[in-house]
Amino acid sequence: MSTSTTTRRADGPPPERSRRPLPRSIAIWTVVALVGATCWAVLALSRGEEVSALWILFAALSSYAIAYRFYSRFIARRVLRLDDTRATPAERLENGTDFEVTDRRVLYGHHFAAIAGAGPLVGPVLAAQMGYLPGTVWIIVGVIFAGCVQDMVTMFFSMRRDAKSLGQMIREEIGLVGGVAALIAVFAIMIILLAVLALVVVNAMAESPWAVTSIGLTIPIALFMGFYLRFIRPGRVMEVTAVGVVLLLAAIILGGVVDGSALGESLTLSKETLTFLLVAYGFVASILPVWMLLTPRDYLSTFMKVGVIVLLAVGMILARPVLQTDAVTSFAIEGNGPVFAGSLFPFLFITIACGALSGFHALISSGTTPKMLAKESHVRMVGYGGMLMESFVAISALIAACVIDQGLYFAMNSPAGVTGGTVEGAAEFVGTLGYSITPDQLAAFSASVEEELVSRTGGAPTLAFGISQIFSDAFGGGLAAFWYHFAIMFEALFILTAVDAGTRVGRFMLQDTIGNVWPKFGDTSWRPAAWIASAITVGAWGYMLYVGVTDPLGGINQLFPLFGIANQLLAAIALILCVTLFCKHGWWKFVWVPAVPLAWDLVVTMTASYQKVFSDNPAIGYFAQADRYRTAREAGEVLAPATDVAQMNTVVTNSTVNGILQASFALLVLVILANAVVIWVKAARAGTLPTTEVPHTPSEVVAPADFFATAEEKKAVAEWEASRGEPVGGGHRR
Amino acid sequence: MTTPLAPSGQGPLRRALAGVRWYVRELSGEAKWDQYVARCAREGTEPMSRRAFERHRDDHREHGTQQRCC
Repeated sequence: MSTSTTTRRADGPPPERSRRPLPRSIAIWTVVALVGATCWAVLALSRGEEVSALWILFAALSSYAIAYRFYSRFIARRVLRLDDTRATPAERLENGTDFEVTDRRVLYGHHFAAIAGAGPLVGPVLAAQMGYLPGTVWIIVGVIFAGCVQDMVTMFFSMRRDAKSLGQMIREEIGLVGGVAALIAVFAIMIILLAVLALVVVNAMAESPWAVTSIGLTIPIALFMGFYLRFIRPGRVMEVTAVGVVLLLAAIILGGVVDGSALGESLTLSKETLTFLLVAYGFVASILPVWMLLTPRDYLSTFMKVGVIVLLAVGMILARPVLQTDAVTSFAIEGNGPVFAGSLFPFLFITIACGALSGFHALISSGTTPKMLAKESHVRMVGYGGMLMESFVAISALIAACVIDQGLYFAMNSPAGVTGGTVEGAAEFVGTLGYSITPDQLAAFSASVEEELVSRTGGAPTLAFGISQIFSDAFGGGLAAFWYHFAIMFEALFILTAVDAGTRVGRFMLQDTIGNVWPKFGDTSWRPAAWIASAITVGAWGYMLYVGVTDPLGGINQLFPLFGIANQLLAAIALILCVTLFCKHGWWKFVWVPAVPLAWDLVVTMTASYQKVFSDNPAIGYFAQADRYRTAREAGEVLAPATDVAQMNTVVTNSTVNGILQASFALLVLVILANAVVIWVKAARAGTLPTTEVPHTPSEVVAPADFFATAEEKKAVAEWEASRGEPVGGGHRR
Repeated sequence: MTTPLAPSGQGPLRRALAGVRWYVRELSGEAKWDQYVARCAREGTEPMSRRAFERHRDDHREHGTQQRCC
C-alpha cells in the first residue's frame, strides 16, 4: 500500500485560466434560471387551483441543469480538483475484463443502469400522501446537495485508490472497528432492501392471474435468451433482446387472456404462496450459472428501464396531466397518514431515499464504476450526472402518483386491515380521511384496468395506475388495462433482477467473510459453500418478506420505514468516509461539501430511528406497538386490524423484530461515526494525515470531459488516435 | 475498434441512427467482439472463435458480481 500525504496545492492540476463566459452562454443560463424560478414560484404559490404537473417536471429539469453546470463544476474543479494528467485505475491496471478504459457515455449508461431500479419508483409514490410539494422539494434539493455529492465524491475517492470498495476504504481509512461495523451494516441493509423489494412484487402479483402469468413468463423468456446466446448465436445481444421484448409484450397480452379463462382460477395466488415461490426462485436463480437467467434478464430490464423512462417523459408532455393532490396534506403535519405513519420531518426524508439520497449507490460508485473511468474528469458526468437521471425517474414517479384521483390513491394504499379489502369498506375509510370516493367510482376504476385496486399497497399498483392513465391520455386507444399490466411487469422485471443479483452479491459477501476464517468456504466455485451461502441469504430476506406479508398492520406500512432508514444510514456511512478523507487530505476549506449532507442525513436518520424505537405512539414506535398488542393479548382482547389471537402474536413478534433491527442499524452507524470522529480530531491536530491515495502516474489517454465534446477536444482525440494508430475507449464516435 | 464515425456526407438522421446503433452495441457489450477481432488483426494473432470468446466472457461474469441497486 503506497501512502502519500497530499496537500492539494502541491499535486493538483495546473490552475486553468478561467475564460470570460460567452454572451450566448450567459443568455442561455439566464433563460434556464428564469424558467426554473417561474416553475418554482408557480408551485410555491398555487393553492386550491388546478396545477399542471409540467411545472414540477420543468422545475426539476431546470434545477438539474443549473446544478450540473455550476455546482458539479465547482466540486470538480475547486473541491476535488479532478486532474486529467493523472492516469485512472482503468488506464493503469487495464486487464480487458473489469479494469477497462470505457467511453464516458457508455459508462454513464452502465452506471445509471446499475444505480436505478425500483427504489425511485416506490418511495415517491408512498410519499405522495403528504402532497406533491414536500416530495418535489426534497427530491430536487436533496439530489443536488446530497445524493449527487455522495455518488460523485465516493467515486472520486475510490478512483484515487485503485477502485477499492466502500468497505475496504472504511477499513483502511477509518479503522478496523468501523470496517467491521460497515460490513455487517451493508449485509443487513441489503437483506432488508431485498425483502422490501420482493414485498412490492408480491403485493402487485397477489390475487392477480394477469400479473402472475405475465411476470411468470419472464422466466422462460429469459431462459430462452440465455440458451440462444450460449448455444445458437453467441454474442448477438441486440437481436435476442429485440425478440425478448416482443415476447414480453406478448406475455402481457397473454396474461389478459388467461385472466378471463378457467386457468386464471388456478393462477390466483395468495401472498403466502407467492412468498414461497419467490424464495424458491431466488435460491435457484442465485446458484444457476449467470448466463442462463441473470445476464439475459439484465438485458431485458435495462432495455425496459430506459424505454419506459423515455416513454413516460414523452407521455407527460403530451398528456399534460393536472395534479390532483393538495400541495401539502394534513398528514404531513399531523403524521397520521394511512400509507405510513409519522410526520414530514423526519419521515418524508427516509421514505424518499432513492432519487434524493441513496446509500446503496456508494456500493456501485466505489468498486464497480471507477474501474472503467477513462479520465478523472468523467467522475463529474458519471457520478453527479448519473444520479441526476435517477432523480428524474423519482420525479416522474411522484407525478404519476399525484395525478390520479386522491380517493383512489388512499383506497389503494391503505392496508387491508382498515379498508376490509372491499370497495364499500374502502370508500367508507377514505371518507374518514376527508377524501371522497363512492364504491361505484372505485369499481369503475378497477374495471378500467381489469384489476382489483382496493388495498393494493406497495406503490407499484399505484404507479402502474398513474402510468396507465398518463399513457392512455397521451397515446389514446383505450389500452388502460394493457398499460397497467405493462407498468407492473416493468417494475417486477427489475425488482426480480435486483433480487437475483442481490442474492448473489450477498452470497459472495458471506463466502468472502467466512472465507477469512475457513479459506475453503471462500472458494466461489465450491458448490456446497455456494449453496449454503445462497440459502442463508435467501432465508434471511425470505424471513423478512414473510414477516411483511403476514403482518396484519400491513407489510409496507411496517417495513418501508425500516428500509428507508437503512438506506439513508448507508448513505451516512459513505458520507462519513468522504468527510474523513477530506479531513485527512487537509481540505478543510471545502469540508462542508460532504459534511452538510452528512449532518442533515444524521439528523434525519437518528431522529427517525429514535422515534421508531422509543416513541410511545404505537403507530410509530415498534416497541410501543408490540407493548400495546401484548397488553391487549394478556387482557384477552383482540385489537383491530388483528382478527384473532394468532394475528395478535404476529404483530407482537414482527414489531419486536423490526424494532431490534432498527436499533442495531442505528448503533452500527454510531460506532462507525465514533471511530471516524477519532480520525477527524487527529487530522485536525496534525493538519493532514497520510491516506492510501495512489501517487500520480501520468496519463496518456485523451478523451473529452463532458457529454458533448468541444471542437478542441475532438481535434485532440483525433491527433492522439492518429499518433497511436488505434482507437481507445469504445471507438471513434464522439 | 467499433463502428467508425459515419462519413460526414450522410444526412443528420443517418448519423443519428448510426450513433444510436453504436451506443447500443457498446452498452450491450456486443461490440466487445469486434474490438477483440480488431485487436487480433493489429497484433497479427489468430482470434479464437466467437463461441469460445463469448464463453470466456460468461465464465468471467460467473465469478464476478454485478451489483444492481434499489
